[in-house]
Amino acid sequence: MAADPGTLIDWSLLALSPPGWGGVLLGGLLNSIKIAVGGYALGLALGTGGAFGKLYGGPVLKDLLEVYTTLVRAIPELVLILLLYYAGTDLLNQMLAAMGYGPVDISGLAAGIFVIGVVQGAYSTEVLRGAIKAVPAGQIEAARAYGMSPAQIMRRITLPAMLPHAIPGLSNLWLIATKDTALLAVVGFSELTLVTRQAAGSTKAYLLFFCAAGALYLALTLVSNVVIRIIEARARRGMAATA
Amino acid sequence: MSGETSTIEVTALTDLPSGRDLLKPHRIALIAIAAVMVFCIAWFMRWDWLPEYAGRLAQGVWVTLLMLFSTASLGFLFAVPLGLVQVTGPWPLKMLAKGFCTVIRGTPLLLQLWLLYYGLGSLFPQYPEIRQSFLWPYLREAWPYGVAALTISFAAYEGEVMRGAFAGVPAGELEAARAYGMSRWKVFRRIWLPRAVHRALPTLNGETVLQLKSTPLVATITVVDVYAVISKIRQTTYLTYEPLLFLALIYLCLTAILVVAFRTLENKIPTRGA
Repeated sequence: MAADPGTLIDWSLLALSPPGWGGVLLGGLLNSIKIAVGGYALGLALGTGGAFGKLYGGPVLKDLLEVYTTLVRAIPELVLILLLYYAGTDLLNQMLAAMGYGPVDISGLAAGIFVIGVVQGAYSTEVLRGAIKAVPAGQIEAARAYGMSPAQIMRRITLPAMLPHAIPGLSNLWLIATKDTALLAVVGFSELTLVTRQAAGSTKAYLLFFCAAGALYLALTLVSNVVIRIIEARARRGMAATA
Repeated sequence: MSGETSTIEVTALTDLPSGRDLLKPHRIALIAIAAVMVFCIAWFMRWDWLPEYAGRLAQGVWVTLLMLFSTASLGFLFAVPLGLVQVTGPWPLKMLAKGFCTVIRGTPLLLQLWLLYYGLGSLFPQYPEIRQSFLWPYLREAWPYGVAALTISFAAYEGEVMRGAFAGVPAGELEAARAYGMSRWKVFRRIWLPRAVHRALPTLNGETVLQLKSTPLVATITVVDVYAVISKIRQTTYLTYEPLLFLALIYLCLTAILVVAFRTLENKIPTRGA
């Protein structure tokens, strides 16, 4: 270690009030969580639609979804984020211009949620498709025999029955979503990783700030793990324990 | 155990869409639409920068591949003891390996990369012993930090996979090997490791694809991989979409090659039954 650790670690830098950067870091963490939650929710919506489309849709829809999931899973998130960020804002502004409105400044938050959501959608499509396929066909046929409409079958049978199969994959995706928010630092959205870098750059205490941010991310993951375990136990209640 | 590995398999791209039934009527229509789109992209967008930068792009692809294969193989070397220790090791080592995997898997790779590059990189010059060592010329470059971060990350993710794979090898096989009078090391070398690697191969495929998708992050610490070359092109030509689309195409091809190569490798290993 260094000769004088007192000069190496200056804890007052992490203070919550302005001379310290603690408040800025927590604000960044909040932004990260916002994007992760929004993107994850959007991804789940896309994934549910995608999974049902892939399993029960027409041939054209199936092929288009296959192209979507394959492309998103084959191209690095960083490249996708740049492409979607520029293409998304550009398209929106062009559409608004065509409708006679002026260009709008799209908030980083909305763009981030859109980008993370599109990426997550491809992965959750695959997770949910696998989970739906694990539901015994007899249960769905029985529901149909009762005269339920497809929407009713989805709401009452397929979605609840597939949940225990989907939860391991979905919780994995949530953890990926929280970590993917860090990539938005590259397009300049001030989430945790970028504000950490700014804080570190202006105080030169690189190691301290990156470790602090790492601890925040780790805390987020560990808390998520606890919550996931509770949800999983609830979703699996009444099922035989698998070894 | 099996649930854990299968989730990774689901999320990573390990299989290409099959080319069967390629010529159904609706597919022909879709292919025609795609062809028109590709033609429009090729015709109406600007591609005149491509020949000028072809050499540098090839160099960038080479750096990306170098990063991928060096970190994947180094990471795998670390992953084997990491997984093994979590299955059979004494508890202090077990906790240590588990803690390492949890910390690395719980934080974003970009943060780890910046921690190593900016954090350690700013710390090293303060020590004259390091500045005078033979490693100093390398430590002043960016790529060792990139390799280190990617290796650590791959080792942590793959260590978790190897733990499951080692634990999943049937105990009877190991007992049979012991009954043949093999030493512990020989059992490991001949039975345990090959069986575990075989079990982990599909997941390894997924992890390698994910690793390829992580390599562009090293461009943020000034390593000139293909992503950095494209960024440079975007800065000098003021084009937004064309270089990024081309970059996506490059990664698409690399992923496809990787997936096909792993599939061939998996098919070469004979399996009985399942």
